[in-house]
Amino acid sequence: MRRFRWRPATREALEGYLWLSPWLIGFLIFTLGPVIASLYLSFTAYHPARTPEWVGLENYIYAFTKDEQFWPSLGRTFYYAVLLVPLAMAGSLALALLLNQPLKANSLYRTAYFLPYVTPVVAAALLWGWILNPRLGILNYALSLVGIQGPSWLSAQWAIPTVVIISLWTLMGGSRMIVVLAALKNVPEELYEAARIDGAGPWRCFWHITLPMISPTLFFNLIVTFIAALKVFEIAYMLTIGQQGGIASGSAGFSIYFYVVKLFDHAFNFFEMGYASAMAWIFLVLVLFFTAIQFKWSSSWVYYAGEDRSS
Amino acid sequence: MTVEQRIDQVSAQNRIKFAPILYQLLLQGIALIFTIFFFGPFLWTIFSSFKNIQEIAAFPPTLLPKVWEWQNYVQAWTQQPFDRWTLNSLVVAFFAVIGLTLSSATTAFAFARFRFPGRDALFLVLMGTLILPREITLIPLFILFKNLKWLDTLLPLIVPNFLAVGSNGAFFIFLLRQAIMTIPREYDEAAKVDGASSWWIFWQIIWPLSSSTLITVAVFAFLFNWNEFLYPLVFLSNKANFTLPVGLRFYQTLGMDTRVSYEHLLMAASVLASLPPIILFFIGQRYLIRGTLLSGLKG
Repeated sequence: MRRFRWRPATREALEGYLWLSPWLIGFLIFTLGPVIASLYLSFTAYHPARTPEWVGLENYIYAFTKDEQFWPSLGRTFYYAVLLVPLAMAGSLALALLLNQPLKANSLYRTAYFLPYVTPVVAAALLWGWILNPRLGILNYALSLVGIQGPSWLSAQWAIPTVVIISLWTLMGGSRMIVVLAALKNVPEELYEAARIDGAGPWRCFWHITLPMISPTLFFNLIVTFIAALKVFEIAYMLTIGQQGGIASGSAGFSIYFYVVKLFDHAFNFFEMGYASAMAWIFLVLVLFFTAIQFKWSSSWVYYAGEDRSS
Repeated sequence: MTVEQRIDQVSAQNRIKFAPILYQLLLQGIALIFTIFFFGPFLWTIFSSFKNIQEIAAFPPTLLPKVWEWQNYVQAWTQQPFDRWTLNSLVVAFFAVIGLTLSSATTAFAFARFRFPGRDALFLVLMGTLILPREITLIPLFILFKNLKWLDTLLPLIVPNFLAVGSNGAFFIFLLRQAIMTIPREYDEAAKVDGASSWWIFWQIIWPLSSSTLITVAVFAFLFNWNEFLYPLVFLSNKANFTLPVGLRFYQTLGMDTRVSYEHLLMAASVLASLPPIILFFIGQRYLIRGTLLSGLKG
């Protein structure tokens, strides 16, 4: 009764919560609860058949100081990200610029570039595994025709670049290309007209008009691509299985034993779920940290034109 | 002649100057190189899938199969429980589409049309789940599903979709909220004056008027769930319960011990597993691209 005066608002709030409830319940059960549980598990030794045993910071100490594969797996992951992210960014920009030209059969090309994005990543890994097959693969055969001896693509030296190539295939022409294309089409034509009247060539137009105007979109792509790069898993997993007893023993050895692959290995092959949870929390902190850095850095190159960013 | 007309004329001249036949040829050349990179692997996969067991292991490789071995597809289908995997994938995708579309629409409705305490904070939380790596929830979810006796059933792949869980859910809620906010509030108000309930408003006004975004969401929901790999890999263990992406691994290990190449079957199985999303892409291309343009949020 004491809230009698607020009744219409209360009613609206209650109804709002009612409509929200499926998501809210799902969030509590399947997201927030597990996030907290994994924080707790990260301080335990936990095999799924036994009860968790509190070990304090031991998992974290083990990761940082004793686990021989911890830093290398992180290093590989960053090497992969450093290769992939600039190439994916430049690639989707190049594709979008191309499709923004008066190119005949434009939509046909767009479809061809977009198709890998809807293909199951597992299938992508398999078909590229076949293309790159060192013995029978078409790529090394094609290279040999022009006098180049193709490398063994899954050797220690080449395995990470190989995963980068396959990743580029799946993500360069997909949503990233389309978003950049949309941004390009949104650059006001008057800006180019004015610049041309002032005698600016296409190159200067690109650097001083196009790039600044689409920088918010590029920034957005950067964030998404970087996070996706750190999470690299499926392709590496598919390229290294077929050998039993842990992923690491695959033909590529440890060369594409990325962070999340290792995490998966600890959790579901060795059943060291406490340690894997600690790895997951370290991963979360890393993702947040690098996302925050990119946001901070963005103010120096991302240009927001006036009221433009309502969404 | 107005200034605008003059500028139009100048730009028209420029366009003619910038797009001669030579320039078009250059563009076509670049576009073709990209096409080889993006589309070539599909052709090679399709050709490989029709080769017989001798030709697949031949060196130098042939481009087109000498004999088109349609039998490969029958063999790929029967070699492994492919029919079960297809059925499982279809069941998961079907319920995921229904669950995600419904639950993200109701949530988007709540965020777009109601005022309640904590709304903006909750919306921030929702956006946070977009970048929350799912590796962080994977192990507790495994334990939760184990205790619920849901492991090795399709339930872990279906039920959370009815509660718009995870980054997929957040992405769709965001899309639909944007769509609902473009529907004039006056429609709701008028209906309310006539005594309509929010249930009625949702189904009679919001749902039909956001139908094109709903289709976008449904297409994406199908793609994401059909292609999903990590969750079925973790939550399913019995071969008969697998979905297609997880099942495909078994073609990889075929003939590994005897060193015989079964790549033709692997390729045939990959083609079969990729067909539904590709066909859907051709049907729903408009909606997919539109959805991407609306947000650009999903990697």
